[in-house]
Amino acid sequence: MKYIDEFRDGKLARKLSKAIAQEVDKGRTYNLMEFCGGHTHAIFRYGIQDLMPDNVKFVHGPGCPVCVLPIGRIDNAIALVEENDAILCTYGDMMRVPASGRKSLLKAKAAGADVRMVYSTQDALKLAREFPDKEVIFFAIGFETTTPPTAVAIKQAKVEGLKNFTVFCNHVLTPAAIQHILQSPEVREMGAVSIDGFFGPSHVSSVIGTEPYEFFTEEFQRPVVIAGFEPLDVMQSALMLIRQLNEGRSEVENEYTRVVTREGNLKAQALVAEVFELRREFEWRGLGMVPYSALSIKEEFAEFDAEVRFSVPKIVAYDVKGCECPSILRGVKKPTDCKLFGTICTPENPMGSCMVSSEGACAAYWSYGRFRQPDAKSGAKVIKIEKEAA
Amino acid sequence: MVAKRFPMKLDLKKGKVEMVHGSGGRAMAQLIEEIFVKHFSNELLDQGNDQALFKVTAGRMVMSCDGHVISPLFFPGGDIGSLSVHGTVNDVAMSGAKPLYLSAGFIIEEGYPLADLNRIVESMAVAAKKAGVMVVTGDTKVVERGKGDGVFITTTGVGVVPEGVFISGDKAQDGDAILVSGTMGDHGVAIMSSREGLEFETEILSDSAALNGLITQMVEAVPDIHCLRDPTRGGLATTLNEIAQQSGVGIQLIEDDVPVHEDVKAACELLGLDPMYVANEGKLICICAPQHAETLLNIMKSHAYGKNAAIVGKVVEDEHGFVQMETTFGGSRIVDWLAGEQLPRIC
Repeated sequence: MKYIDEFRDGKLARKLSKAIAQEVDKGRTYNLMEFCGGHTHAIFRYGIQDLMPDNVKFVHGPGCPVCVLPIGRIDNAIALVEENDAILCTYGDMMRVPASGRKSLLKAKAAGADVRMVYSTQDALKLAREFPDKEVIFFAIGFETTTPPTAVAIKQAKVEGLKNFTVFCNHVLTPAAIQHILQSPEVREMGAVSIDGFFGPSHVSSVIGTEPYEFFTEEFQRPVVIAGFEPLDVMQSALMLIRQLNEGRSEVENEYTRVVTREGNLKAQALVAEVFELRREFEWRGLGMVPYSALSIKEEFAEFDAEVRFSVPKIVAYDVKGCECPSILRGVKKPTDCKLFGTICTPENPMGSCMVSSEGACAAYWSYGRFRQPDAKSGAKVIKIEKEAA
Repeated sequence: MVAKRFPMKLDLKKGKVEMVHGSGGRAMAQLIEEIFVKHFSNELLDQGNDQALFKVTAGRMVMSCDGHVISPLFFPGGDIGSLSVHGTVNDVAMSGAKPLYLSAGFIIEEGYPLADLNRIVESMAVAAKKAGVMVVTGDTKVVERGKGDGVFITTTGVGVVPEGVFISGDKAQDGDAILVSGTMGDHGVAIMSSREGLEFETEILSDSAALNGLITQMVEAVPDIHCLRDPTRGGLATTLNEIAQQSGVGIQLIEDDVPVHEDVKAACELLGLDPMYVANEGKLICICAPQHAETLLNIMKSHAYGKNAAIVGKVVEDEHGFVQMETTFGGSRIVDWLAGEQLPRIC
């Protein structure tokens, strides 16, 4: 595939690997958090850790949209479809995320609820036109990347005068979450998590630009490099972060210049501003209540707001006992630190959200199995040993 | 001469399948005669009994069964009819056997167009003829509208294993070579490209094909093939995990050497899928002693269904039964069983 394979070139990777090895200061550790699940996935999918020196560590952040949604909101979605005899449509990953009482949208579907997987908001609108007698609810999730299409759908529904289409809005904001992580006591005082720098989101930044990150490079003195999702992007960005740290700089740098600009996509931003407004606070799984970290639908478009039309209650729900998703999402624990990991929690039967999406840290750990690589005494041949996990 | 049994022929242009076509009466007899027997006709089926009677040869026989519920029923490169022949013929042939006879059980939804049913059965007959097998017995059931999804077909096949051939999933050994007969993931992507809600333009056709001809040549040249298996649902990754577990060995793949069609790569990229896990219907995995690898590779490459064959890895000693892959990028990773369905990335 032209224009993609170039960013997965093994020879270049080995060159970069050498350059990184030469650049690192052996006397210190570099803890680099990739905020986005897309980066987490690339790191595991391509075995990037193998190409890094031992003292460069990836800390997996909370940037997986299905992972950060609190259980109560999934309970809400299930209630919405079951109690209103509606069609609920959502993106694929959301279907398997565990809700309270061992339920999930997939299980609700098996029990008779009309839950459908869609690939775009346009598919949801199409369903609303096709079934005028049914309430069609779009379960909107995701970061800044998926927000503009939701805005378009709401505007389109208004123009068309669709009376049976609503959006259950769960769109969240990246910069607020990064700031929250940096302000958390674990990072600031307790020293439980050490984060020296960030890989900034690639797709999200194509919408919001690089400017929103400038504040916390100054405020928190942590460098940010906006990185593409291809493996060479990740390696190049790691090198850029390491250089900044070595030189004592703390700046926003943009590795993903082929897509991202400083101001971002102004048209998309205007669309979002027209339809959505900031929520005072929103619950994130793992991070708790984060101020001004999510969007709700403006009053002007209230007729398309499922929370208004169906009076969605606030549900406080708890994780399965022992599930470490919240700590894993904050980068405090690794999947292998969780007692449920690989015992009762597997991708076939996820207990926590991090085991669902391919972007979730637990699923990435499990699917690409690095933690299972056995130790030397097992006698297995040609197997490299994971450095960070025992 | 016996009078014509059915004065009015079935309306194969506009007619629909009705409940009465599954009732066991005259209407069913007509459906069988004018569609099934017409296309499948052979000396065993034409005996007209509830069972097919044939002589057994000496030696060992294999038997395999496969249900087909694919959606859509017609897809780029095939349809449920041809697929239901290929699927079972391949399952039988992966033992090294020569497939001989098939049964075909149809579950048809009320209201299904007779024209489409006729097309499906004709396609099955063509596929069977090409594969050199006979459909010798069958069954027809009709279910109420809404209780099926057009047509479901279950086929069972029997075949005879040649003397001295002992192919089995538990025979992979340390040092063995692993070959695949062509590009991975064509079938799955072809199906997805035509699935409702997901239409996208691609020129990829399903690879659906009967591989018994190719296998006959391979087994004649190298009777001592250790394993043969077709990587259908779950793709190459899942099938290799099955073999690794069955044989109690590890498997090492080289990502660069696994053939994947450019269009399949691109479609997978778009949908967030991994071609290693996407289904095939006309490909095989062959595991053999290293000294036989070149011979088998050449046989595959000179066969119509093996042009893009390649050696993709080797079997290693590993009590954990891991399948590992050296990535194009230079790292290594484990290639696990497929978990759940392959779902697209959303961000």
